[in-house]
Amino acid sequence: MLEIKHLDHIYSQNSPFEFHALKDINIAIESGEFVGIIGHTGSGKSTLIQHLNALLEPTSGTVVVDGVDLFKVDKKDLFTLRQKVGLVFQYPEHQLFEETVFKDVCFGPRNMGLEEAEIEKRAKEAIELTGLDFETIKDKSPFELSGGQMRRVAIAGVLAMEPAVLILDEPTAGLDPRGRDEILGQIQKLHREKHMTVLLVSHSMEDVGKLVNKILVMYQGELVFYDTPAKVFKEIEKLEAIGLAVPEVTYLMRKLRKHYPDIREDIFTVEAARKEIERVVKHA
Amino acid sequence: MSRIIEVKNLSYTYPNEEGKVNKPALDNISFNVDQGEFVGIIGHNGSGKSTLSKLLNAIILPTSGDVIVAKMNTKKEENIWTIRQTAGMVFQNPDNQLVATIVEDDVAFGPENLGVLPEEIRKRVDEALKTVAMEEYKTKKPHQLSGGQKQRIAIAGILAMEPDCIIFDEPTAMLDPSGRKEVMQTIAKLNQEKKMTVLHITHYMSELTKADRIIVMDQGKIVMQGNPREIFSQVEALKAIGLDVPQMTELGYLLNQDGFDIPKDILTIDEMAGALC
Repeated sequence: MLEIKHLDHIYSQNSPFEFHALKDINIAIESGEFVGIIGHTGSGKSTLIQHLNALLEPTSGTVVVDGVDLFKVDKKDLFTLRQKVGLVFQYPEHQLFEETVFKDVCFGPRNMGLEEAEIEKRAKEAIELTGLDFETIKDKSPFELSGGQMRRVAIAGVLAMEPAVLILDEPTAGLDPRGRDEILGQIQKLHREKHMTVLLVSHSMEDVGKLVNKILVMYQGELVFYDTPAKVFKEIEKLEAIGLAVPEVTYLMRKLRKHYPDIREDIFTVEAARKEIERVVKHA
Repeated sequence: MSRIIEVKNLSYTYPNEEGKVNKPALDNISFNVDQGEFVGIIGHNGSGKSTLSKLLNAIILPTSGDVIVAKMNTKKEENIWTIRQTAGMVFQNPDNQLVATIVEDDVAFGPENLGVLPEEIRKRVDEALKTVAMEEYKTKKPHQLSGGQKQRIAIAGILAMEPDCIIFDEPTAMLDPSGRKEVMQTIAKLNQEKKMTVLHITHYMSELTKADRIIVMDQGKIVMQGNPREIFSQVEALKAIGLDVPQMTELGYLLNQDGFDIPKDILTIDEMAGALC
């Protein structure tokens, strides 16, 4: 689905501000995967995802989407390719601009040159996919909504283009716990029901542990791991050395292991921890 | 202990276009903060937290009731500058708070505006940068710093005005885990070593496990108040108003349901490990 081959990116090359942001990245992401991207600020996460729909051109290497090399196609075909890979930036609600929610969500599909009926059908579907009630929200101004609602409208705008791959850059930043759970729940649903390939940039190891089936770890422009949560979260020392951590429950399991040698360590969610403790620890 | 903040029967309603009546953002709330306390404020988006922080700093004025900071009422215009100097604020976005092109100039901006003498400013800037562990960066440009470092510079800028109290309005919301840790360590240090009064508004429950007191807000009202163990052990009540509890507290709650006899107010990994071994 998505192949990243020998991707290198150097900002301001041959200037005093030269910065090597991506170093020989090679990843193949299969269709239908849910990938968590982690790494601290400046590790190259955002530079990487901006290559996946050709917003940035690589210094060398390339990205292949569905068999098409993004950087060898005619520039005018990029428009179609970008519809395949939907990118939701950080704080996407800052990009809302129309008078009504409905018009805002229609903007993307309208630019694709679709028929009016198709545009409206897609906008309605996309709004409903994000868990908002279409009838009550469609005529409201996006600017009178709550933060969590605005963000969902912005995500609906990308979904209305029906991308095969959805990339979200920290979609829960600044939201309260309920808003966080709602957005993540909807993303999980899109992945399960629409079989969308999802790439999620997140700072929360708890969220990543709960949702994804692959984790991609970046550090100083390099790919450190690309593997299942079980394999990646086993590397506690290596993750800590690059300023990351594992979910709290994973730390707990490791501590408990001293008393209960057969307790599993590949536990990343509170629910899984509950079951494992139930299995191993005798009721006090 | 002296009282630094008194909030008495405070209500605030945002002004609206004619004809419409807005719901009050804050509805008759009262509480006090003593000098040296670390008070956490939680509540979902729209519960009134940020409105409260703006009222504490006289950015907006009460519709009814009073806010008194270090014995000064925010309603009296002649108090405003002293109040803002006494209760400094740090906001969410690190990029919106820095004004100068060099770190130390930025930290000096506050005391300069207060008319502090140059030698004294030098002393305060050095001291403030030392407190936030950023003295090595004093001649750097703010845009070269990480988010956590920028927030620490914003904190230093407040410290240089020598406030009694700092109000943090979601200072870690835009930071990565290491940036969050840096800022939380700085806040803890200010409270413990410098005896600074701290009001910390956040969506991350784990940042408040060491607070002296937590105020829980919902729909413009204070719905709970107590120490972290008292508050977080009420898992169901917090979830009902859209909030979370620290992961270990939640796990403890679930294990209790399964018949484990462990304390309901567990906050940390070590406490949980201790209860299970």
